[in-house]
Amino acid sequence: MARAVTTQHKTIATVAAWVVALLIFFPILYTIITSFKSEQEAIQGFALIPSGTTESYSEVQAQSGYFKFFLNSVILSVGSTVLALIVAVPAAWSMAFSPTKRTKDILMWMLSTKMMPAVAVLFPIYLIFRDTGLLDSRIGLTVMLMLINLPIVVWMLYTYFREIPGEILEAARMDGASLWNEIIYVLTPMAVPGIASTMLLNIILAWNEAFWTIRLTTTEAAPLTAFISSFSSPQGLFWAKLSAASTLAIAPILIMGWFSQKQLVRGLTFGAVK
Amino acid sequence: MATQQTRSLARFMMAPSVILLFIWMIVPLVFTLWFSFLQYNPLNPIRDGFVWFANYKLFYSNPAFLQSILNTLTIVVSVLAITVIGGILLALLLDQPIWGQGFVRILVISPFFVMPPVAALVWKNMIMHPQYGVFADIARFFGANPIDWFGQHPLTAVILIVAWQWLPFATLILLTSLQSLDGEQKEAAEMDGAGFLSRFWYLTLPHMSRAITVVILIQTIFLLSVYAEILVTTNGGPGYASTNLPFLVYQKALLEFKIGQASAGGVIAVILANIVAFFVMRAVGRNLDK
Repeated sequence: MARAVTTQHKTIATVAAWVVALLIFFPILYTIITSFKSEQEAIQGFALIPSGTTESYSEVQAQSGYFKFFLNSVILSVGSTVLALIVAVPAAWSMAFSPTKRTKDILMWMLSTKMMPAVAVLFPIYLIFRDTGLLDSRIGLTVMLMLINLPIVVWMLYTYFREIPGEILEAARMDGASLWNEIIYVLTPMAVPGIASTMLLNIILAWNEAFWTIRLTTTEAAPLTAFISSFSSPQGLFWAKLSAASTLAIAPILIMGWFSQKQLVRGLTFGAVK
Repeated sequence: MATQQTRSLARFMMAPSVILLFIWMIVPLVFTLWFSFLQYNPLNPIRDGFVWFANYKLFYSNPAFLQSILNTLTIVVSVLAITVIGGILLALLLDQPIWGQGFVRILVISPFFVMPPVAALVWKNMIMHPQYGVFADIARFFGANPIDWFGQHPLTAVILIVAWQWLPFATLILLTSLQSLDGEQKEAAEMDGAGFLSRFWYLTLPHMSRAITVVILIQTIFLLSVYAEILVTTNGGPGYASTNLPFLVYQKALLEFKIGQASAGGVIAVILANIVAFFVMRAVGRNLDK
């Protein structure tokens, strides 16, 4: 028997859920609204209807060269994710398909490197970057972000690969498929969804990383996290502009995030909750 | 199936990840440990030297160090309390049959994807600003005096911002767990006349316990190193009122160049994180055996 759901119950729950959801979303919504106000309007008290001007957006680009930071964010997050995948796919693959009794220990050890607080290695990393000329370089930061997310990438891939049934491989082998054919025609199609989800989540994580990206860059390699942080220094009340910059900085990742909810649960709980 | 050949191939495929992570973990940490026993200031090298545990002694002799640890723990515990309790309530609400559930979920999860500097700036300027913020508008509407959040209650303000960022994460994970609860069990409990509260206490909560543990542990790892939110809003102040351990380490290392003290702070941060990590590993490891 399905539980009887009264319309009244559903209405109350719906209203409550929408109110709470809108309250939680409100700071983001208000930022988007404010970005379409003029500076004058933005400080004239609470108002939900903007005049619809887009002058803040053009000013953000004109004054601070927003696009360069945006481009750096794209390069860093996509670059580090691709690098991490190149290193992690073979590792996760071999752990999932030919596990040894040490596989579990290695996985746990990898996870433990993720738990190391960044500040603990701030100065050594800073020294190494300074002495090798990597400060404020995209290459240095890309490698850095790759290392930070590598444990999560290996883990996520591992949990996906492990779900590919081994019987299929054996069947392919029985049918006389070579190792190469096995990889191209059997494994790859089954692994692609897992790899894609892993990629999506890690681009999000790298995009939002806000410790190393702020501390190891100044201008050349600075991504959006560093650009936005520079607004914290007092420079008058430019709220419409601040809102426009913020909206631009979060919009692409917000949309990607909406598509990756399920993977988020799996990726960030290391497969413990699915 | 595991012949000698496949085994060495497996080792070869794993090597890059393992080697990279090993270097990444060990090399900087050894440096930090070494620095933590030094008096080392690049701006004033004359007094440099080996000082044993003098840097660590600051943690109970210098109020700033002690306060930074207290602030770190306050942030972790308060944010956990808000997000876990709030997350359970929200998950229960979103698990009800409602219209537009997919869209509500999207709204609720969104703050998690907002990068920390943006979250902090938006809250600082548009929500909590004592003159132009929405909170101030609301306070004036009710004829009250707006609160100067970052001057009067800096740590509370930081906690609110961080909680807003992590509440979606807790909600999403708890909701996922809730949705895997067997509907028939719920019905059986209902038929037996169990009220909402006893159903929650004896059925739902035990079912969610594993997810709650995971939420607490993973959030703790991230909450121990809150940084950008403080940098952007209060810059650790007033005084050391909202300085946590990561922020203190940053100040000592990159602003004051007191490398020895900063490194000792880093080592303490590692110890704190390791205590948590121990429990995370146990929780996750148990799942691997299945």
